[in-house]
Amino acid sequence: MTNAVSDYFRTIWKAISTIAIGLKTTFPHLFTPSVTLQYPDQKMKLPERVRNRLYVNIDDCIGCDQCSLACPVDCITIETIKSTPDQDLGVTSTGHKKRLHVPQFDIDIAKCCYCGLCVYPCPTECIVMTDVYEFSEYDRHNLVYNFSRMVPQDIETAKAKLKKAEEEAAAKKAAAAAAKAASADSAPGQSKPPAS
Amino acid sequence: MEELLRSIPILGESILLYLVLAALPLVFMLLYALVTVWVEMKVSAHIQDRLAYMRTGPHGVAQPIADVLKLLQKENTVPATADKFLHALSPYLVFAGTYGAFAAIPFSSAYIGSNIDLGVFYLVAVSSIVVVGILMAGWASNNKWSLFGAVRSAAQIISYEIPAALAILVAVMISESLNLQVVSRLQQGGIQDWIVFGGALPLTQKLLVMPFTIIAFLMLLIAGIAEVNRTPFDLPEAESELVQGYNTEYSGMRFAVFYMAEYANMFVVAAIAASLFLGGWASPFGEFLSGPIWGFVWIVAKGMFIVFVQIWVRWTLPRLRVDQLMYTAWKVMIPALFLCVFAVGLILVL
Repeated sequence: MTNAVSDYFRTIWKAISTIAIGLKTTFPHLFTPSVTLQYPDQKMKLPERVRNRLYVNIDDCIGCDQCSLACPVDCITIETIKSTPDQDLGVTSTGHKKRLHVPQFDIDIAKCCYCGLCVYPCPTECIVMTDVYEFSEYDRHNLVYNFSRMVPQDIETAKAKLKKAEEEAAAKKAAAAAAKAASADSAPGQSKPPAS
Repeated sequence: MEELLRSIPILGESILLYLVLAALPLVFMLLYALVTVWVEMKVSAHIQDRLAYMRTGPHGVAQPIADVLKLLQKENTVPATADKFLHALSPYLVFAGTYGAFAAIPFSSAYIGSNIDLGVFYLVAVSSIVVVGILMAGWASNNKWSLFGAVRSAAQIISYEIPAALAILVAVMISESLNLQVVSRLQQGGIQDWIVFGGALPLTQKLLVMPFTIIAFLMLLIAGIAEVNRTPFDLPEAESELVQGYNTEYSGMRFAVFYMAEYANMFVVAAIAASLFLGGWASPFGEFLSGPIWGFVWIVAKGMFIVFVQIWVRWTLPRLRVDQLMYTAWKVMIPALFLCVFAVGLILVL
């Protein structure tokens, strides 16, 4: 009986004291500065080596395709056209000679998993991860970034030149082969079987 | 106030005068609801170390207006199986119950909607109409959540009317009047004459009575929070259990009416507690800063302080279980208040 009575009063005391503790805890928080940021106006400082949107400095790209090979999700698509000896594509800022046209350098950033594996193999350090993280789009297709600056005309020209050069080379080769054949015909005993 | 309005020639003796007098609390209620919605959001956010609205105007002061505009534009959906008539009627019944309570609240020494001798009794009675409206909303929605919320609300409000009435009785015993205007006038002497500190009694009686009046005042606050269905007594609209309780099926303006009635009810409860225990429109400094206009400022300040306490409690305490709710009302508050009533009566007789 006495136990029940003391329990009753203990319960009431517990309720009152815990309510007081609760109110005492929350009241000072009314005056503590907020921990949230007013996002579009204020932004959180990002870590120094943050990995966000990829950027390609296409002027430095030598079209080696190593980033595309390294990509675990295959979000980088690169197409190259060989340059002909008469064209000079210049050198990259790191001193590499550019030998390939890059008509297509697409990154599907929607697929990108921000692992940064494409950054390490690049010999000219032209593919980097920036700190830009606000790039939402209404259309998914807008997330495929085209970094190549070659217009269709340039691509046609480069392709035509390469074709011409290849044809010329083939013609030269044929001519050389013909010449060889002719010389072989004139001296059949000295001819050797062609190397496999 | 009545004399002042009577002096305006257009109003004169016409019925228009009484319409204007009756509309004054409505104007107050609308403005108060806009302010309190903002205060509630700000207090809740700052207690959680956030900032709440910051975009609409400086510190989001225009947000309640934007909310009202949004609700006005919203579609008024009614469930296909609902009782259309009752569904439409209930928000207005809840609102009418709340608005009816404003009639007997003394806003200043010069203005009270209806200066009736049974003011406190009327307030206790008319605020019970809210239960009918809530039950009606729950039943008419034809939704299990709504009905659960409504039934809980009815059980809760009816339970907590008893401690509220007993706490009011303590104040009434000391002031010997049910007219809130008279009760407020009795407390005009300054903070020491407030009924929470024993009222204008002789010193020995006052000191003896003081612990009981303080308990009664706190109990009235607790019962008030329970009567307006707010956390920690928000079982009728427990979001985590009942979606939104009795107003689950309401949208647009009808929801806004429910919402405003809830906030207005908070002020009714606060104003009753302030009038009975904290001096109502009486200045805490006696004659200093008293007068009809200051009276309005004082009762609104006292009422808003109690509303702030309600908000503070809401964002501090978790919800009670149903059995805890009933335990608090029937096994703790009612016995304690009976003790208070008995003790105060004994002290006053002796």
